[in-house]
Amino acid sequence: MKYIDEFRDGVVAKKIAENISLEANQARSYHLMEFCGGHTHAISRYGITDLLPTNVHMIHGPGCPVCVLPIGRVENAIQLAQIPRLILCSYGDMLRIPTANGMSLQKIKAQGADVRMIYSSADAVKIAQQNPHRQVVFLAVGFETTTPPTAVTIQQAQALGLTNFSVFCNHVLTPSAISHILQSPEVRQLGTVPLDGFIGPAHVSTIIGGQPYEYFTEEFQKPVVIAGFEPLDVMQAILMLIRQLNEGRAEVENEFTRAVLPTGNVKAQLLVAEVFELRRTFEWRGLGLVPYSALKIKSNYAEFDAEQRFQIPTLSIADNKACECGAILRGVKKPQDCKIFGTVCTPENPIGSCMVSSEGACAAHYSYGRFRDSNVSSRKANA
Amino acid sequence: MPNKNKIKPSYTRSLDLKKGYVEMVHGSGGRAMTQLIDQLFLSAFDNEFLRQMNDQACFQSTNGRMVMATDSHVITPLFFPGGDIGSLSVHGTINDVVMSGAKPSYLAASFILEEGFPLADLKRIVDSMAKAAQQADVPIITGDTKVVEKDSGDGVFITTTGVGMVPDGIHISSENAQPGDKILVSGTLGDHGIAIMLLRENLSFHCTLESDTASLHDLVASMVTAVPNIHVLRDPTRGGIATALNEISQQSSVGMMLYENKLPILEPVNAACEFLGLDPLYVANEGKLIAICAPDKADKLLATMHAHPLGNKAAIIGEVIEDTHCFVQMETCFGGKRVVDWLSGEQLPRIC
Repeated sequence: MKYIDEFRDGVVAKKIAENISLEANQARSYHLMEFCGGHTHAISRYGITDLLPTNVHMIHGPGCPVCVLPIGRVENAIQLAQIPRLILCSYGDMLRIPTANGMSLQKIKAQGADVRMIYSSADAVKIAQQNPHRQVVFLAVGFETTTPPTAVTIQQAQALGLTNFSVFCNHVLTPSAISHILQSPEVRQLGTVPLDGFIGPAHVSTIIGGQPYEYFTEEFQKPVVIAGFEPLDVMQAILMLIRQLNEGRAEVENEFTRAVLPTGNVKAQLLVAEVFELRRTFEWRGLGLVPYSALKIKSNYAEFDAEQRFQIPTLSIADNKACECGAILRGVKKPQDCKIFGTVCTPENPIGSCMVSSEGACAAHYSYGRFRDSNVSSRKANA
Repeated sequence: MPNKNKIKPSYTRSLDLKKGYVEMVHGSGGRAMTQLIDQLFLSAFDNEFLRQMNDQACFQSTNGRMVMATDSHVITPLFFPGGDIGSLSVHGTINDVVMSGAKPSYLAASFILEEGFPLADLKRIVDSMAKAAQQADVPIITGDTKVVEKDSGDGVFITTTGVGMVPDGIHISSENAQPGDKILVSGTLGDHGIAIMLLRENLSFHCTLESDTASLHDLVASMVTAVPNIHVLRDPTRGGIATALNEISQQSSVGMMLYENKLPILEPVNAACEFLGLDPLYVANEGKLIAICAPDKADKLLATMHAHPLGNKAAIIGEVIEDTHCFVQMETCFGGKRVVDWLSGEQLPRIC
């Protein structure tokens, strides 16, 4: 596939891997966080860890929209879907997130609720046009990448004069989550989570550009390399981070120059600013309340805000006690550190959100990497 | 004894196969049902067994081992590039029968029709079934029809059952994979699933991909002739080759190692999967098979498959390894390794 295969070339990967091995200082270790679920997925799917020296550790960050949505908001969506004749539309992965009582949008659908999986937010508007006598709610989730399409959808609905369409907005912001991780006691004071640098998001950065990450390089002295979602992008970004750390630099560098401009996509940013405003605070699964980390619909567009139209209450529902999703999302623990990983909690029967989406750290490790754990345990057994 | 076919039927107006619809009476056991069977099913599937109009078909059997398989077919849309539910329902069951190495003999077909379904569409489906059965030389010798009320079905559901005879000396089973064996596939992966997915209402990009639906009886016959001791045959339908290989691994208590750069996948399938965030290893096939055989037979088997039109893109994609955990692993084109796991739930597109 043109423009894709070039970035999955095993021969080039070996060359970069050799450079990483040569340049990585044996006297130290490197702890690098890939913020985005897209990177987590690429690392697991292509087996990138197999190509890295043992002193280069990848930490999976919280950049998976499904994983960070708190259970309370999922419960809100389920309650919405139970309103008679209401049509709830959302992206595929959202349908499987379990709530505290084991319910999910998929299960509610099986019981008769009209929950529809869509591929584009524009499809939700079409459904509203086709069903003028029914309320249609688009459950909007995701980081900066999916926010502009939601803004377009709201403006389209306004232009069409739709009175039966609204958006349940759960859009969140990347930079505030990174700040939150860097300010967490585990990273800042206790030092229990060594964190030397970040692989910056791919698609998110096409919208917001590189500038928002400069704060992390200046304030926290952590290098950031923006990278594409292809495996070679990830390898190259790891090499660039190691070089920065070796040279004592902490800068924002851009590996993904084929798509990311320093200023990002200004048109999209303006569109988002026109339709959305910052929430004072928003709950993230695993991170808790994070100030100024999410968006809500501006009052000019209030008629399209499902939270207002349906008086959606704020629900705070705790995670299952045995579930370590919180610690995993903060990089404090690995999936295999969780007691219920792969036993009680599996992709068929997810307890925590990290097991739901293929971008979640647990699902990625379970689906692609868990043979490594068994190799370790059988080696131990043989020893 | 009077010839039944010469008795004047008690209905006079013939079935309107152009503008008519399925009605509840077509399933009620009365004249309308007999008319439907006679004018639609019998005329399409015509054979000596069906003509007897009994509730069962009586056929001569020979000594030996027989296999039997059944498969229900539900698909939206009913008509798709490369086939329809009719041809699919014949190919699907024949393929299940022949994955034992058997020669398929007979089929039975059972229809659940939804009230209001156009008879013209039903005729298209039945004709397509008849053509597929004729091409495979496997007559449909008995059947059943039921009608459900409108909105209680999805147009047409078809269940087919097939029987076949296993030649002497052939012992193919999913528990026979052994460490060291080679894993082969008969052609490109994921064509059917992606062709169907692209047709579904909410996907608005277009391509010329066709379903690969086909009956594999002839390919299998030439394979078992060339290499009688094939260990495993399996058609990777729902869940794709990932699911089929995981099932075989469990049944044989072995592991598998696949090589990503050996997998035959068409460019449009790869592109659509890339676009939708799907993995072609989990996408359905309807005219492909997986074969597992001893390493010293693999080249001969591959050459036999290459010589057949339904196997000309066949490839050796991996090998069976020892693994008490029964993992199917894959060496990626990138040089790393990963698990090719069971599919959990439905394959859903990723968000970003």
